[in-house]
Amino acid sequence: MYSEKVMDHFNNPRNVGTIENASGVGTVGNAKCGDIMRIYLDIGDDGVIQEAKFKTFGCGAAVATSSMATELVKGKTVQQALEVTNKAVMEALDGLPPVKVHCSLLAEEAIHAALWDYAQKNNLTIEGLKKPVDDIEEKVKEE
Amino acid sequence: MIYLDNAATTKMSEEVFDAMKPYFCEQYANPSAIYSFAGSAAKAVDEARKKTAALIGARSEEIYFTAGGSESDNWAVRAAAAFGKAKGKHIITSTIEHHAVLHTCQYLEKQGYEVTYVNVDAHGKIKLDALEAAIRPDTILITVMAANNEIGTIQPLKEIGAIAKKNHILFHTDAVQAYGHIPLNVDEMGIDLLSASGHKFNGPKGTGFLYIRRGVRIGALIHGGAQERSRRAGTLNTPNIVGMGVAAELAARSLDERMKKEAALRDYLIDRILKEVPYSRLNGHLTDRLPNNANFCFEFIEGESLLILLDQQGICASSGSACTSGSLDPSHVLLAIGLPHEIAHGSLRLTLSGETTKEEIDFTVEAIKQIVERLRAMSPLYEDSIKRGDINVQ
Ligand SMILES: Cc1ncc(COP(=O)(O)O)c(C=O)c1O
Repeated sequence: MYSEKVMDHFNNPRNVGTIENASGVGTVGNAKCGDIMRIYLDIGDDGVIQEAKFKTFGCGAAVATSSMATELVKGKTVQQALEVTNKAVMEALDGLPPVKVHCSLLAEEAIHAALWDYAQKNNLTIEGLKKPVDDIEEKVKEE
Repeated sequence: MIYLDNAATTKMSEEVFDAMKPYFCEQYANPSAIYSFAGSAAKAVDEARKKTAALIGARSEEIYFTAGGSESDNWAVRAAAAFGKAKGKHIITSTIEHHAVLHTCQYLEKQGYEVTYVNVDAHGKIKLDALEAAIRPDTILITVMAANNEIGTIQPLKEIGAIAKKNHILFHTDAVQAYGHIPLNVDEMGIDLLSASGHKFNGPKGTGFLYIRRGVRIGALIHGGAQERSRRAGTLNTPNIVGMGVAAELAARSLDERMKKEAALRDYLIDRILKEVPYSRLNGHLTDRLPNNANFCFEFIEGESLLILLDQQGICASSGSACTSGSLDPSHVLLAIGLPHEIAHGSLRLTLSGETTKEEIDFTVEAIKQIVERLRAMSPLYEDSIKRGDINVQ
């Protein structure tokens, strides 16, 4: 049911891990629905993403979209990273089954959340970036 | 390949296949026909009916062949509801039924029936006091499965049957997972209606039966010819029925030995997993469970990922995670036994067969250990628990 690209990124996920003292960290999704993504970004003084890492709890598509999203934002500027949409992630993976499209949305959201955290920490306003909606810590606590 | 999904379906046995073969191209007559050419087919169907009935202590004429478990469940519940309408429109069932029963109950609710879904305890056993308390003057049917398809818990059928009888209520049981796997007796257990399915006990797919106790006058499922005492019309599927009969006979013959063998291997599997995989738990009852069923949850990981990685090592298994069900919620059974969503998402069901070997189990345990570790290394939930100091990693 998954494309070869998805299976490749699931089997050999790129950029699994964490970044100590990351410039920005974003966590989205919630355990209730079965998907949580956390993306760590290391952003240089020039505003270029040096390094991206992720940790994901979820299905094959959730892992693959996290892996692809981190690949796509590496080396990009913050503004360019904002343009990495869920569509871009899906296309790069040669598509996802319809029931898994939400995984790509989650990946986009996780990137945005990490960028938001970076902006907050540095008192920056990133044009076009909205406050992320998913506060999973809250949701997990509510359980 | 290691096939550990025998609750989904089983391998049809060679003996069953051999018994079916003559009824395709040679003895192809309609078993209802009058000429002698049909005699062999008619006799074979009779034989199959006897064998199928024998396994549950029923009479041949109480067996009605259908096209599988879902059909039998639908028929039993809908026909019992229609039959009881004059007395009342209240049905009692459990929260952990198969969808073939649950969705039929939900359909009946739309038709004006009321359904009470009785809770189960943490091991998946129906609460008998709650069941009894749910009974009302207008209750017309109790339908509770014999054994659960996900967590394997066996229900106290005898006690439920006694409660139903005392209150003059029909008792249906979905025995699709139990028939041919554990002893069942319709008289001792007070069962009025029982559903079973051939492909769950090494018979052919798309064939099952409904047992209807003599004197229980529920209506026909399909109108048409006079087959199945005019209750389920349609030319009989001779090869499949013959195959199911042989499968029932083989299941009866090997039952005791197979149960012992499967249960020993199941317990070995459970023991190893719980000892060797940290933060794992067994779902279902420790002893009152199907001999071939093991169901685990592994904290901090998700079931679909686990299944894909097991598949890559040639292991066929199943999970109750949302991703495998195509919805956002994990299995209703795992939620009904009180598991939080995030833990229910990390479930794994392994169901053995009489042919499963210890080597296969050992290989599977090693694969699980390695995969769970790999997925946890990737899991933000695991990372958080370590940071919070909730768990210790050596
Ligand atoms: C408990 C239970 N009931 C009913 C069914 C449906 O049986 P069938 O596939 O023969 O329609 C199944 C099979 O998955 C089952 O496990």
